[in-house]
Amino acid sequence: MSGLLPFFWERRGEILALTGEHLLLVVAATALAVAIGVPLGVALTRRPGLARPVLGFANAVQAIPSLALFGFLIPVPFIGGIGARTAIVALVVYSLLPILRNTHAGIVGVDPAVTEAATGLGMTPGQRLRLVELPLAFPVVLAGIRIAVVVGVGLATIAAAIGAGGLGVLIYRGVATVDHRLILAGAVPAAALALLFDFGLGAVEKRVGPRQ
Amino acid sequence: MTPSVLEYADVRKAFIPGQPVLDGFSLSVAKGETVALVGPSGSGKTTALKLANRLVDADAGTVRVLGRAASELDPVALRRRVGYVIQEGGLFPHWTVRENVETVPRLLGWTEPDRRARSEELLTLVGLPPAEFAGRRPRSLSGGQRQRVGVARALAAGQSLLLMDEPFGALDPIARRAMQREFQSWRARWEAAVLLVTHDLREAFLLADRVAVLRDGRVRQVGSREELTRAPADAFVAEFVAEFGS
Repeated sequence: MSGLLPFFWERRGEILALTGEHLLLVVAATALAVAIGVPLGVALTRRPGLARPVLGFANAVQAIPSLALFGFLIPVPFIGGIGARTAIVALVVYSLLPILRNTHAGIVGVDPAVTEAATGLGMTPGQRLRLVELPLAFPVVLAGIRIAVVVGVGLATIAAAIGAGGLGVLIYRGVATVDHRLILAGAVPAAALALLFDFGLGAVEKRVGPRQ
Repeated sequence: MTPSVLEYADVRKAFIPGQPVLDGFSLSVAKGETVALVGPSGSGKTTALKLANRLVDADAGTVRVLGRAASELDPVALRRRVGYVIQEGGLFPHWTVRENVETVPRLLGWTEPDRRARSEELLTLVGLPPAEFAGRRPRSLSGGQRQRVGVARALAAGQSLLLMDEPFGALDPIARRAMQREFQSWRARWEAAVLLVTHDLREAFLLADRVAVLRDGRVRQVGSREELTRAPADAFVAEFVAEFGS
């Protein structure tokens, strides 16, 4: 372990650049997953009959081994191919479930007396969603985003296998050359990123949680 | 005779075909009057109440609210003109007491000074001095205080009809008695007509001008305590009044 820090320091330029790429993959995928998952989760609360099949399907997709999914996506037109775009699509697929599920659970979990009061006082369905349901579901939705991000940081290392860049590049190179230091040069920053997101989003959750 | 603020005529409602919750339901509530709906659970009390703000729509018969047929009124606009208090209060937990009370005025687009003046007036009326309570969140209030906020919120836009569904039902007996006494004192200063659903006949006799006894979706008798006990319309009313009104 003694030579590790100098080793990292020597390669700081590359590590930093790959960390940036990694961050970009995760942030882009999470943003897309939020943009799809939150409205879809809300829609499922309005169509309870669809909730079970859709959540079940999302759950099943989650069970596809990630390396296989990256591989499957390569020949798909428009979204596939080699590179970051395919990786982001795969990451969205995995990030979607926790966000979708938590949005649905968060809104379904709002006290029925509160939603009835909102309707009974004359809020339109849109006002009820915007003023009451989404704010009350927010901590639960945020918990879903937190899970998605932490999982995404780990999964994004596999994206290097299809040429998407990120910290996985160092890990794969380390594995190929049986160089533990190189593996750690990718794994340590990835783990640090995951912990950082977990801690940061956890702190935000704590701040917004007690409001209800 | 004073005009009716709320009038049901021969209303029928079935959530499951062939099993009407209300069948031949008729009742009227005059301006400034308090009418209590009592009856065994499942007799259709809450359904009848919800017809008045179109949380439920009738299958047949007519419901007239504030002089117009409910079916012709836009549900959202109607609900902003009719106060609604429910058992658990249903306060918005992420809003302060003031924000809760100002809900309907805000939906109606009142200016901030108007809203504020109104919420302070109402909080004072229900015994929650604004200086102490306006900025607090529902979580930090007792059950009785929460119900007071619920009542203030229901009256905030000057509603002339107030619907109350077991408003004191979630309170312990002591808080319940206190709220009933206070309700009587506020009542003198409201212009609103009140339709009160309660399973507590004692509460009904205490708070209402007239009590309507419901059974199987139909009003068996409407009257004062005196009328119901002295001249019950049928054996059911006699038994119901004797059992609960002691």
